Amino acid sequence: MNRYTPRTLALEIFMIAVGVVFAFPVYVLVNLAVRAPSDASSPIRPTTAPTLNNFTEAWREAGLGGALMNSVLVTVASVLIILAVSSLAAYPLARSTARWSRGTFLLIMLGLILPFQLASLPLYQTVRDLGLLGSVWSLILFYAGLQVPFTTFLYVAFLRALPRDFEDAASIDGCSPLAAFRYVVFPMLKPITVTALVLNAVSVWNDFFTPLLYLSGSDQQTMPVALAGFVGQFVSDWNLIFAALLISIVPVLAVYLALQRSIINGFAGGLKG
Amino acid sequence: MVPALLLFAFVVLVPSVRGVYYAFTDWDGLDPEFAFVGLRNFADLTNDPDALQAVWHTLLIAVAITVIQNGIGLLLALGVNTVIKTRNVLRVLLFAPAVVTPIVTAYLWRNLLGPDGAVNSLLGAVGLTSWQQDWLGDPDLALWMIVLVVVWQFAGYSMVIFLAGLQSVPREIYEAAAIDGSGPVRRFWSIIRPLLAPAITINLMLSIIGGIKLFDQVYALTGGGPGHATDTISTLIYKDAFTLGEFGYSIALAVVLTVIVAVVSAGQYTVLNRNERAAS
Repeated sequence: MNRYTPRTLALEIFMIAVGVVFAFPVYVLVNLAVRAPSDASSPIRPTTAPTLNNFTEAWREAGLGGALMNSVLVTVASVLIILAVSSLAAYPLARSTARWSRGTFLLIMLGLILPFQLASLPLYQTVRDLGLLGSVWSLILFYAGLQVPFTTFLYVAFLRALPRDFEDAASIDGCSPLAAFRYVVFPMLKPITVTALVLNAVSVWNDFFTPLLYLSGSDQQTMPVALAGFVGQFVSDWNLIFAALLISIVPVLAVYLALQRSIINGFAGGLKG
Repeated sequence: MVPALLLFAFVVLVPSVRGVYYAFTDWDGLDPEFAFVGLRNFADLTNDPDALQAVWHTLLIAVAITVIQNGIGLLLALGVNTVIKTRNVLRVLLFAPAVVTPIVTAYLWRNLLGPDGAVNSLLGAVGLTSWQQDWLGDPDLALWMIVLVVVWQFAGYSMVIFLAGLQSVPREIYEAAAIDGSGPVRRFWSIIRPLLAPAITINLMLSIIGGIKLFDQVYALTGGGPGHATDTISTLIYKDAFTLGEFGYSIALAVVLTVIVAVVSAGQYTVLNRNERAAS
């Protein structure tokens, strides 16, 4: 089974064909994004006179620069908070055998089942009453709380499989629990931190429902909301819309291609944890 | 631990409990005065054809996505987990859609599936003009188009998880079975499938729960239309609360969604856990 046989070649050709089918929508995306709106030929025919005008116009009209900054700010701030509070919470939850520890863990795990739709409407009221509607800070706060259960779960599962010897040694040497966590435990958590980082960053970056509620109609938008607003405004101007979509995909794909191994392993990592 | 608990309580726990309470009121989301109406919202739900239809759509979408996405994901994983030369490129390519924003892929497909879209052009180019149609405008087809878009985007995600599972199957076991003369299907069923149990569990959980909560793709592809032909519980929650101002009713729907998610997760956890233990 390690040899390259004619059957392997047949499989190879078939799999490449599957890859082409999967990539086809992306071809059309690029093809129409570089096409002048006046060109009405078939969307699958390669564009004869490619132009970059759609990109400059979409960038300006959709306010993508500001949206990109907001998305970056929200993603970085939320993920940092999520990782910090979840790993710190997971440590006592994984190590303490007290009854309160188990109870707290189960309470937090309840959050894995509750769909965000249930909390998002009442929370919308609270955010509105606090005057935080239309502010990206409401989003950061929301994601920080929303992602705690899942991230804590990842850390607890990982910590439980980790030997305690190093922490014990640290505490015998006179290390405080917090210092032991900072200098001894947290470095050992690196694999699961990468997984948590990747999964949280992707879900925060891609989230649409929450910013649709909290940022609608304000001038602070994240990428998904800015794009939805743009599509609503330029309903059938698909060349412009595709240029805007492509602009939003490029940074994501660039990060993905640069860090593909960590990212793919991050997604698959929940399995080994 | 305290910051995590505070954030969790403020964002998830307290609003969820308040949500359950509001489900029994006639609150419109603004008026400080509202009345406790008991089970009326839930009674209304059972008489609301749109709501019943949305529940049905939600379950149908979730099951269809789970079956098709994981079926394709598994085949892709088996195809890529071989000695073909393009295996690494294909793995990166097939997984790529999973990192792209769902609303973006949905807008892309809205155009591809439109009357003048690339799908129809492609059908025309291969002579299947009679198949050309407005894929999202047909109430019978639109739901399946949503499934198609989700499967296109996330089949690679399932593949990656299956691949991680496949790589834990020791090659020697597989080769020993081949030498013993068992065919590929038999080898898959008796050797790979049991060892894939953890990957299967995770994949089924992810896709069915994701399918039940589906919102972005429906919003961007059809907006729940044509008519209500593709409304899911999530799109109806959004519409009832923010365009109709029926907060109490909308949250009653969210409670229904919560119950479905809880029942499905608990059921799936029990069944799959049993299988996983039986397999190991």
